[in-house]
Amino acid sequence: MSELSWIFLSAMVVNNFTLALFLGLCPFMGVSARVETALRMGAANIFVLVLTSLTVSFLNAFILERAPYLRIISFIVVIASLVQIVETVIKKVSPTLFRELGIYLPLITTNCAILGLAIFQTNRDYNVFEGLAFALGAGFGLTLALVLMASIREETELADVPSIARGMGLVLIIAASLSMGFMGFAGLLSST
Amino acid sequence: MTASTRIVSASPHIKQGDSTPTIMWSVVASLVPVVASAIYFFGPSAILVLAASTAGALAPESLLGGRGARSLRDGSAAITGILLGLTLPPGIPLWMAFLGGAFGIGFGKLVFGGLGQNVFNPALLGRAFLQAAFPVAITTWPIRAESWWNLRGDNFALPLMSPSVPEAMTGATPLGLMKFEQMTTPSWDLMLGTTGGSLGETSGLIILICGLYLAARRHLDWRIPASILGSVALFSTLLHGLDAARYPGPVFMLFSGGLMLGAVYMATDMVTSPVTHRGCWIFGAGIGFLVLVIRLWGGLSEGVMYAILLMNALVPFINRATQPRIFGTLGVGGES
Repeated sequence: MSELSWIFLSAMVVNNFTLALFLGLCPFMGVSARVETALRMGAANIFVLVLTSLTVSFLNAFILERAPYLRIISFIVVIASLVQIVETVIKKVSPTLFRELGIYLPLITTNCAILGLAIFQTNRDYNVFEGLAFALGAGFGLTLALVLMASIREETELADVPSIARGMGLVLIIAASLSMGFMGFAGLLSST
Repeated sequence: MTASTRIVSASPHIKQGDSTPTIMWSVVASLVPVVASAIYFFGPSAILVLAASTAGALAPESLLGGRGARSLRDGSAAITGILLGLTLPPGIPLWMAFLGGAFGIGFGKLVFGGLGQNVFNPALLGRAFLQAAFPVAITTWPIRAESWWNLRGDNFALPLMSPSVPEAMTGATPLGLMKFEQMTTPSWDLMLGTTGGSLGETSGLIILICGLYLAARRHLDWRIPASILGSVALFSTLLHGLDAARYPGPVFMLFSGGLMLGAVYMATDMVTSPVTHRGCWIFGAGIGFLVLVIRLWGGLSEGVMYAILLMNALVPFINRATQPRIFGTLGVGGES
């Protein structure tokens, strides 16, 4: 049990996919303008990550053992089809959200955080439950980063930003500052 | 008829003398004892490092034209520079101190549009940058020098050259000793500041007294330092009660490292702290909690800087969550 919570916390805070490992920067920059959208993007990511993790555990246990050369291509197929499911569901359930997420929704497919999760999970030989904790941690970590970024961006919306830093420039600078803050967690939990 | 000098204006008619410059300069004035103690303990190195970091903080403000001219006069950049200098070890090469100040003001404040609009505390951002870029130089602590006049390290190292650090000159901070060698330092040494450490993180008592002065003049919100120190004291008492051998007691935790400086001067930055009173309590408690987490279980020996930066990032969120209900409405933010 403590092993699982360790994996969860480590993936969420210490080795935060976005702010410490720099994976999944695309939605982090793209859909972080508003907190509500960021939360939903995070939820979509958690969903895809969890399903990916389960499927990857299954694939690792039954198929890839005999055909390791199929690893990356099968991961990509799995992720792409999962994202397709999410897209269909969101389009049906909330067309507004579908429009808000726009291109970033299908782009979850190429979100390196998802493939990163699949590969990390395989390399570290996580079983199903560990993989699940890892995926949840990574997903909540992504959501945390997205929401932090979005709330800061909403705050700076009215700021008198000089023209050189307006737009994406400021977002990158905020991202760097956040990432420097998260450096404080480096080495946390590793000694226990 | 003589020209009337009466001015008819809208309320408020009774004005307070406080303005941004007066508050900022009184904070600078309150830093004088802290700076003086730094100079007393660390000699000429303290003067050099503080001068370099302040110059670094002032440089981008003055270079970037009209926008910067205002904030030069209001003293906020000077505070950033002095505070950054106080978080640096005395032996740090001067060009690094300068760079840290310039980074903090440039990327922590000017790109956001100047005073009042930055999200992160510029001094701490500058220090986090230095910590990331020069992890060795910023954690090299000098031992007590034989004479007050001696430099406490290779202050004049040229940019991009590795500073020469004789082995005999490196000491350790009380927190480092606690963490890596399980040694505690006597409480009185910590309070008076006769220990190793950064320029401004040695004498807890002096900083506390300066903080009381600022709080009495209402230039800082007493809730923030109170909740930071309170939560650190509370959590460390609990942990100390659980396992006294492993976790040091509250007095050590309160007076070691940069906690006092951070709680009194960094976290209370009016721009980067929450607006609401309830938010201030949450903000401070969060900092205290994170400080202990990083100090006790993290890879670093000191976590005040990161704790404050992380809680700075949460401030927009805290503000939103603690927004008071408008009287007569049902929801937050005036939805009826």
